[in-house]
Amino acid sequence: MNIRLTAFATTALGAIWGAQAFAQTELTMWYHGAGNPEESAVLDQIVEEFNASQSDWSVVVQSFPAGAYNDTVIAGALAGNLPDIIDVDGPVMPSWAWAGYIQPLEIDQGTIENFLPTAIGRWKDDIYSVGLWEAAVAMVTRRSVLEKYDIRIPTLAEPWTRDELDAALEAIKEGGEFDYPLDLGMAWSADEWYPYAFAPFLQSFGGDLIDRSTYLEADGVLNGDAGIEFGEWWQSLFDRELVPGTSQDPADRDSGLIDGKYAMSWNGNWAAANAVEAFGDDVLFLPAPDFGNGPKIGAASWQFAVSASSDHPEGANQFIEFMLQDRWQVAFSNAQAVIPATSSAAAESELYAEGAPMAVFYDLSKEQALLRPVTPGYPVMAKIFRKALADIASGADVADTLDAAADEIDADIEANSGYGN
Amino acid sequence: MATISQDNHGLRLAVRYLVLVLVAVIFIFPLVFMVVSSLKPDQQLLSDTGSLRAFLPVGDIGLSNYTHAFQRAPVGLFVFNSVFVTGLTVLICLLVCSLAAFAFVFLEWRGRAVVLSIILATLIVPFETIAIPLLLLVSKLPWIGFSGIEHGWLNTYRVQILPWAADGLTIFLFVQYFKDLPRELIEASRVEGATWLQIYLKVVMPLAGPVLATAAILKFLVMYNQYLWPLIVVQDEAYRPVMVGLQYFFQLNTAWGEIMAYLSLITIPVLAFYLVLQRAFIASIASTGVKG
Repeated sequence: MNIRLTAFATTALGAIWGAQAFAQTELTMWYHGAGNPEESAVLDQIVEEFNASQSDWSVVVQSFPAGAYNDTVIAGALAGNLPDIIDVDGPVMPSWAWAGYIQPLEIDQGTIENFLPTAIGRWKDDIYSVGLWEAAVAMVTRRSVLEKYDIRIPTLAEPWTRDELDAALEAIKEGGEFDYPLDLGMAWSADEWYPYAFAPFLQSFGGDLIDRSTYLEADGVLNGDAGIEFGEWWQSLFDRELVPGTSQDPADRDSGLIDGKYAMSWNGNWAAANAVEAFGDDVLFLPAPDFGNGPKIGAASWQFAVSASSDHPEGANQFIEFMLQDRWQVAFSNAQAVIPATSSAAAESELYAEGAPMAVFYDLSKEQALLRPVTPGYPVMAKIFRKALADIASGADVADTLDAAADEIDADIEANSGYGN
Repeated sequence: MATISQDNHGLRLAVRYLVLVLVAVIFIFPLVFMVVSSLKPDQQLLSDTGSLRAFLPVGDIGLSNYTHAFQRAPVGLFVFNSVFVTGLTVLICLLVCSLAAFAFVFLEWRGRAVVLSIILATLIVPFETIAIPLLLLVSKLPWIGFSGIEHGWLNTYRVQILPWAADGLTIFLFVQYFKDLPRELIEASRVEGATWLQIYLKVVMPLAGPVLATAAILKFLVMYNQYLWPLIVVQDEAYRPVMVGLQYFFQLNTAWGEIMAYLSLITIPVLAFYLVLQRAFIASIASTGVKG
C-alpha cells in the first residue's frame, strides 16, 4: 500500500513538475483578418509552427474584422486591455506610437534589411512595426484598348506625362465606346482610398498634405501653387466627364472595368486577379503618371507591432521575427494576392515572380511608392483631404477648399501640440 | 344618387388600396432585393442592379452564398449572441422601466417630477458621448463570479446587457400609458387592501399589454442593431453580436452576395419578433399615439 502511495505521489509530482517545466507563457495577439478564411489559415499555421518551435511562448490569436479593428484597438488601449501583439495599418502607426499604444520593436535588423522600405514602420528613428507585405496601385486597362486608340503603353522608366494621360482620356472619350474613360474609384469615399490613391497625384504635382521637413504645417504646401494646379486638374477630370463622380455606383466600381463601362481603372493589386481572369493576356497594369515631380503611388499596408502594455515584449518580438521569414510572406501572398515585402519572397510567389501576371506590382512598390505623411496627425489630415477632394470633384472652388483644408489640418496639429514633432 | 354614392365609395376604396399597396411595395422591395440577391452570384447581382431583374429570382440562382457566409463567419454563434443579449435585455428593461414608471405615476414621493425630468433629459444625450466614460467604468467594475470577485466586465454577456437595462424612452412610454389607466382601479385596489406590488402585478401589468409590446419591439430593435458598444467592450469572438459580425463580410473585394445572405439570415429573428407582437404594437400606437 505504502509502495503504491509513494509511486502514485511520485508520478503525480512528476507530472506537475513536468507540466510546469514545459508550460509556455501565453502571448495574446489581435489581428484584423476575421472574415478572411484564407488569410486566417496562414496566420494559424504561423502560430502553430511558432508555438511548436520553442518552449517559452504560446501565441493565441483573436481576430477582428478589418472595418472594426482600429476602433477596437483604441477602445482596448483606453480600457488597458491591449494584447501583447497587434497589427497596425502602416499610415496609422505613428498615431498609435505617439498615443503610447505600441513600443519600438527589438528585432534583429538583419531580418529586415532586404525588405521594401515602405514595409518598415519607422517613426522618430525607431522601428515600431514591420509588414510582411505591401500593396500597390496601378492603372488597370487592356492592351487592345490602348492600341485601338493609338495610345502609347507607358513603362516604369517612361510613365505617361500629364499631357499624355489627358490626351489618352480625351481620345477614349471621343470614341464613345465607354461610359467613362477612367474609373478612379470615387465610390470608395468612406475609407482611406481617397488619400491613399489620390494624394500621390498631388505629390507628383509637387504638393503634399503637409510640409514633411517639420510635419507642423500644411499651409503653403497643400494649398501652394502645386496644390492649386493639382486641384484644378482634379476638378477638370470631372468637368470634362472623363471620370465618374462621387455618386458612382459601388457596383460599377467593382465590376465596371470588366463590364466594359470604363476603359481604365485606378485600382490596387487586391483587385488585379479579377482583371487577369477577365482579360487574360490582354490585361495591363500601368505605372502612375508623372505630373512633373516623378510618378508616385501610396505605400504601407498592415504591419505587426508590440503593444506598449505587453508584459512579455521579448516573446512578442520573437514571434514577429519568426513571422518575417520569406516562406510566410509567400504564403500570405499566395493566399491574399498581397505583394511580398522582399524580392526573394516575391520571386517565390505565384503572382509576383518574374513573368507572373502581377509581377509589375512589386516593381511599382519598389520604384514609385511614397509613404503617406509619417506623423501621428495623419489620420485626421487624411479625413480632411478626403473631404476636400470630394468637394472639389463636386465643383467647389479649388483655392478656397484647399485653403480651408490646410487651415483645418494646421489647427488640428496646433490643438495636439504638434503631435510630438 | 345612391349609384353615384356607391361609385364614389368604390373609387375611394380603390384609391386607398392602391396607395396602401404602393406603400407596402416600397417597404417590402428592400427585403425582396436582399433575399433575391442572396441567391445570385456577385457578378450577376451587380449587373442586375440596374433593372427589375434585381427583384426577381432569375438567372444563375442557388444557395452558395449562404454556404460561403457560414464558412466566412460563425453566423449561428453571432445570431445566438444577439438573440440572447437582446432577449434578456428586453425582459430586464421591461421589468425595470415598468416598475420605475409605476413609481412615477402611482406613488406619491417628493421630487418625482424632477427625477422624471432628469430621466427624460437623458433622451437628448447621444450614446456616443458617454461611450468612452462608460467603457472606462465597465472595464473596472467588480463582479462576483464562480472564482470569487473579478474586476472588469469586458468580454462578457453582462457588459452588453446591464448598461441597457433601463432607458428614458421606455420609462416615458410606460409613464404615458400608466397615466391613462383609470385611477379608480388603483384606488379600489388600495381600499381592498392590496399592496403596491400586488397592484403592479395584478392590476396594472395585466392591462399593459400594448405598451409592453411597443416597448419590447423598440428595445429589441435598438439592442439587435447594437454596433458601437459591443465593438468596444467585446474583443472575444465568442460574445460578438450580429452587427459586428457583418463587418466580416467587408473585405477588400466585397462579396455582396454573401452579405445579402448574411443579412437575410440575421433579419429572420427581427421579423419573427415583430410578427409575434405586431397586433399589440399596432393597438398600442392606436391608443397612445406613439410612433415607432
